[in-house]
Amino acid sequence: MTTRRIRRAAVAAALAAGVAACSAPGSGADGGGGSAASVVIGVSTEPDTLSPLLGYGKDGNSKIFDGLLARDADLKLKPALAAALPEVSDGGRTYTYTLREGVKFSDGEPLTARDVVFTYRTVLDDRTNNTAKSELDAVQEVRAAGDDKVVFRLKYPYAAFAARTVLPIVPEHVAGEQDPNTGSFNTEPVGTGPYVLTNWSKGEKLTFKANPHYWGGAPKVKTLTMAIIPDDDVRATRLRSGDLDGAVLPPNLAATFEDDENRRTYEAKTYDFRAVTLPTANEVTGDPAIRRALDAAVDRQAMVDKILDGAGSPAYGPLPGDDPWFTKDIVRPHDLAEAERILDEAGWKPGKDGVRVKDGRRAAFTLLYPSGDKVRQDHALAYASDAKKAGIEVKAESATWEVIEPRMKDDAVLAGFGSVGDPDFGLYTLLHSSLAGDGFNNMARYDNPAVDEALDAGRRGQDPAAREAAYDRLQRELVKDPGYTFLTHIDHLYVLADRWKGLTTQREPHEHGFASGPWWNVEDWQPVS
Amino acid sequence: MARLAGRRALFAAPVLTVVTFGVFAIAAASPFDPVKAYAGPAALGADQETLDRLRDNLGVDRSFVTRWWDWLTSALTGDFGHSTVMRQPVAQVIGERLGWSALLCAVAFGVAVLLGTLLGVLAARRPGSVTDRAVTSLAYGLEAAPVFWIALLAVWLFALQWGVLPAGGLTDTASEHVTAGQVASHLVLPAGVLAVSQLPWFALYVRQGVADALAEDPVRGARARGLSERTVLLGHALRCGLLPVLTLIGSRVPELITGALLVETVFSWPGIAAATVEAATAVDFPLLAALTTLATAAVLAGNLLADLLYGLFDPRVKFSDM
Repeated sequence: MTTRRIRRAAVAAALAAGVAACSAPGSGADGGGGSAASVVIGVSTEPDTLSPLLGYGKDGNSKIFDGLLARDADLKLKPALAAALPEVSDGGRTYTYTLREGVKFSDGEPLTARDVVFTYRTVLDDRTNNTAKSELDAVQEVRAAGDDKVVFRLKYPYAAFAARTVLPIVPEHVAGEQDPNTGSFNTEPVGTGPYVLTNWSKGEKLTFKANPHYWGGAPKVKTLTMAIIPDDDVRATRLRSGDLDGAVLPPNLAATFEDDENRRTYEAKTYDFRAVTLPTANEVTGDPAIRRALDAAVDRQAMVDKILDGAGSPAYGPLPGDDPWFTKDIVRPHDLAEAERILDEAGWKPGKDGVRVKDGRRAAFTLLYPSGDKVRQDHALAYASDAKKAGIEVKAESATWEVIEPRMKDDAVLAGFGSVGDPDFGLYTLLHSSLAGDGFNNMARYDNPAVDEALDAGRRGQDPAAREAAYDRLQRELVKDPGYTFLTHIDHLYVLADRWKGLTTQREPHEHGFASGPWWNVEDWQPVS
Repeated sequence: MARLAGRRALFAAPVLTVVTFGVFAIAAASPFDPVKAYAGPAALGADQETLDRLRDNLGVDRSFVTRWWDWLTSALTGDFGHSTVMRQPVAQVIGERLGWSALLCAVAFGVAVLLGTLLGVLAARRPGSVTDRAVTSLAYGLEAAPVFWIALLAVWLFALQWGVLPAGGLTDTASEHVTAGQVASHLVLPAGVLAVSQLPWFALYVRQGVADALAEDPVRGARARGLSERTVLLGHALRCGLLPVLTLIGSRVPELITGALLVETVFSWPGIAAATVEAATAVDFPLLAALTTLATAAVLAGNLLADLLYGLFDPRVKFSDM
């Protein structure tokens, strides 16, 4: 061996050692390396506020707070701050909750019925800038009966009301001293939940510590960090570098972790649908024949396969196919011939340029989609191309919500919605004619007396069988006169290091990331031996 | 010198007032709806009554002139109002973030100026040499590369491939305390990327300035007198060649701020830049006005700094003439 070669080898060895020494120790690179008692999650959006009075955690799953009730993995209601499910009396107009004994806020003060009453009254106060106040519209009065009983009086019998009481409860002795809109409670919350916020570095991360005095037992995961990383690629990169234990990712990036044996991908089924609104006022989209033809002409399965990479399912209505409330036999095939037959029968005859015409009117309309949303854009383009095969011209056009909103009355919109908890929550606001064009409710201004009747029956009925029959009627009616073309239900994807056992996901609403995902019950996680 | 600074400060007051008025006017004319921005995604599920109630509570329908006057008068008493989008007092929003942005920008700027000058001098020493060509083409290449792209590349290389530096954040994501050591190691990548994006301007200006100076009579005279190459280069040529750079320092401040925005986004750096964008798209008047005032003040201060440096270093310039 010549001197030169020895020297070269020595340099190479030194370099290798140097690089190894530099690689950040203890950063838990390659997943699996970090402690199971600490979890770091990457999410895309930061909450504006952590105050339930302004809407934080209103659907449950807040780490800092608890509601009277909570949901289990199957979204069934279970008691949380209440000792049991509510007693319903007065024909469904009075709900009485008894509080669990011995629950304390993280500052040591006991929870009482007054805190519950304060929370609901403040949310219902017109001066509180809560965006979801209308969800509690049914409440006429809430009052305390002693230290451990809360009584809600409703304006009308409301079967789904119990599902609203997952709303987090705040301590009156802290939040009551401040203006709910601007007070420091927004950033320094105090609750009864499994975790206590220890630090919120705005724009960077939120750090939580396990609450050792949690009434549900001290969590095994001792620290929980939510890192705010808006960019999908950066989030995936930091997950790969071992900086994060888990993250929410779009399908194409989640797929890059498929072969990683230290990480698992979780697909959460959702109520999150993509649909095209077909405005009733528009003379083309308002025509039932056009609506039915479009419904038959769209190839939903192709959208799931091509746009969502298989991470989703075809939507035959607002409820997903495997939901207990879903009417199984409304599943219908992609049938172009049927679409053409419907249009022929209704007098829409093929015109010169291939677009059908009736009474001198072309079967054409504009479909708006929010700019920057790739998934919706792909849906819109696929929809336009499917419609074209049936002789209907759909002009897909991107715009911001500021532009879309005033045009929602006449132009179709590629919309996305979906609520969890009860069919009433999502369906009533989507379809009831009394809410036509009310903000973003019933965007298509759908107006169908049979559907209205079914919605009312579903809302007020107390008997589960009667409610089921009502939602069954509604879904069949919606097939006969589809005011929306439902396209897909979208799965939400999460990639997580494999250091805990028995993780689950809940069925998720349209919004996701912070409260949902496999970490919906991080307080119950158990380390792998 | 003090008189110059004083005059500029006097001049700054009306400029700042006009700028804040402009911010309110432009924000009022923008198509963004403050109510929707306040409600966030929840707006898409809200009914009209809720939106109307929020509109009322937030006082969105008052004219922008009224809001501007209210903001200005309370700002003069030290109350910068309440940021609607952050649900925090404006002073707190800025207080929590400004320091980190300032640290990032200052380090990046320092590195860019020093390294840029060094590279510029190296290149200027022998125009056309290998060093010169390497520095020049590197500088032009970096000038054309988007900051965002450089940042992602840096993350990929240093955090992913080599694993030597953290990919983002102010401290390790799991750590709960902000320590100097952690911040220092997390600062390397974002500040480095920001510095690299600013570096070409300084390198190219210094190279040009020094090369020109080297060809001028005074330098040739110095050489002829037998002074060492080092004295000639650093004492004569660099001093002349640096003059245009001093102007550049002032004018790079706005670019530094926009560059910082992208860098802060990629590296989840909890600075002021992300808040600025959010304030703008959310038509958060109080926050936006305060941030714009800050940015304007930074630009004015940058210009003043450039002029002061010019006066100090260029014997031909007198402060009394400026």
